[in-house]
Amino acid sequence: MKRILTSAALILAAAPVFAAGEAIQGEVQKAATNWTAIGMFMFFVIATLGLTAWAATRTKSTSDFYTAGGGITGFQNGLAIAGDYMSAAAFLGLSGMVFAKGVDGIVYTVGFTVGWPIILFMIAERLRNLGKFTFADISSFRLEQTRIRTLSAFGALTVVVFYLIAQMVGAGKLIQLLFGLDYGYAVLLVGVLMVLYVTFGGMLATTWVQIVKAVLLLSGATILVLLGLAHFGFSPENVMNAALENHAKGTEILFPTKLVTDPISGISLALALMFGPAGLPHILMRFFTVPDAKEARKSVFFATGFISYFFVLTVTIGLLAITLVGKNPEFLGADGAVIGGGNMAAIHLAKAVGGNLFLGFISAVAFATILAVVSGLALSGASAVAHDLYASVIKKGKASDKSEMAVSRIATLVLGVLAIVLGLAFENQNIAFMVGLAFGLAASVNFPVLALSIFWKGTTTRGAFIGGLLGLIVSVALVVLGPAVWVDVLGHEKPIFPWSQYALFSMSASFFGIWFFSITDKSKRAEIDKAGYDAQFVRSETGLGAAGAVSH
Amino acid sequence: MDPVQEKILANPRFKELVARRNRFSFTLTALTLLVFGAYNVMAIFAPTFFAKPFLGLTIWSYGLICGFFVLGFSFLVTGIYTRRANGEFDALLKETLRN
Repeated sequence: MKRILTSAALILAAAPVFAAGEAIQGEVQKAATNWTAIGMFMFFVIATLGLTAWAATRTKSTSDFYTAGGGITGFQNGLAIAGDYMSAAAFLGLSGMVFAKGVDGIVYTVGFTVGWPIILFMIAERLRNLGKFTFADISSFRLEQTRIRTLSAFGALTVVVFYLIAQMVGAGKLIQLLFGLDYGYAVLLVGVLMVLYVTFGGMLATTWVQIVKAVLLLSGATILVLLGLAHFGFSPENVMNAALENHAKGTEILFPTKLVTDPISGISLALALMFGPAGLPHILMRFFTVPDAKEARKSVFFATGFISYFFVLTVTIGLLAITLVGKNPEFLGADGAVIGGGNMAAIHLAKAVGGNLFLGFISAVAFATILAVVSGLALSGASAVAHDLYASVIKKGKASDKSEMAVSRIATLVLGVLAIVLGLAFENQNIAFMVGLAFGLAASVNFPVLALSIFWKGTTTRGAFIGGLLGLIVSVALVVLGPAVWVDVLGHEKPIFPWSQYALFSMSASFFGIWFFSITDKSKRAEIDKAGYDAQFVRSETGLGAAGAVSH
Repeated sequence: MDPVQEKILANPRFKELVARRNRFSFTLTALTLLVFGAYNVMAIFAPTFFAKPFLGLTIWSYGLICGFFVLGFSFLVTGIYTRRANGEFDALLKETLRN
């Protein structure tokens, strides 16, 4: 038995670490001002602002604002979901990892992808059938609105704010590296554009910005790989031979390194990775932009395809860069290391195979990627404030469409200002823990409440509320007491909680809390909660009574 | 609960349909986890094999080719599920709901 447990732990230990957002931080060097890249980026900005102006004429009701009227097709939504997942950090961080360490990078990408089929099989269509605008619609479907919505809205907002800070700081650093612009300008620019897209264009603009970026990123990466392969006569054999020959570690790059040596940390990581996306508000929100369960399923199918393809490209880019960047003195500093750090492998490769023009293009795409992701985050944060807190909790569902829209626009503006201020405040802080915290919170607050309210009839309001709150408290406590904050930020010598990954503990606390405080709940409300399950079950399985698409 | 929902819930064909669809979902979930687990077992317990040329056909290693395979597999199973759920199951559901 012990042996089985140990091997199980080891399997999970090999699960990937979330590289996203952690990739770009620390001191970076400002590059010389790159006008080609700035020009291409300006073109992207003008085009997307045009798109926003078009979307603004079609964004009239709250349904338009939150879900683009539910009129996005499965294919389009698949691209948008993939776009949310293909962050700048995933693109630069993973190719950089293959470049530096070899096959570790592909082990990471496998874990990044495998959560998607599970989301499809278990929750995608149920989300679509039960929800209208936010995932709190589902968790509070049969539970008491006030408590559960408030909890879910705060769950969503904390995830959004931590994720936003991480993206803002990443954007600032990246822009310094790529464009040679000042950090402050970069953060301001990202914040202002994000607010413009969301307040005027709502979900329609946010989705299309994401789609445009996804297409640019996929085609840019494809061209990069093709141009790179051309240097090797389009022979994968030659690429691999050259990589093995030219990498300082030689054939060692084919061996996986000890990714995560500690099994506890490994299991936590795997849990956060698998269930984090199923609790991220900006990803869950995308399931409400399609007309029905059929299109929701198609969305995940296309998204998985695009994500898989993107990761194959990313790994190949890393392998190509080993020879084309690692052996080119133009990209190496006096110490023999790559200029700008390991995350620059893909960017340097663009220059090596396509010259300055292509470098500008890839840099602009990397920046566009950040813009698209922060817009989705801002929109989901605004919907938590306007739809969950304002319209459902404060106004008890009696808010007018117009006033709810106004609140959501003000909320976006406030989030934008907050993102800029926090982005500036955290410039030189260690923010590595923030993406981890966002994923951990998503997996241990939002996901357990959502999953149990859908699948377990016995879930009661009291159980869900206390359990979700427990997940929140345990997550925050373990991050503060763990190495990321206690040692790196607060400067203590040793962490009180030794692991940097904690989802195993916070998810257990949350699930146990929901279960325990539900079964011991003998209140009147508990009766109502359980009595509502059958109706919810029928709707989740059939979509009967679900919010449909609004035709324009 | 309204009478329509009560009727649906009492319908044995609805129960059977849901059970069948859930069985399908669980099977595919288990299969996906198995493939994911197997890949990681190979990486941890057989690193030498992981680094070996794939089937002796190419210098690209088992680790790389199998990794690409798992990515492709994820796409494939989502396709299989979507096809069956959107076709067969949705048709059955529609029919059940009409009755």
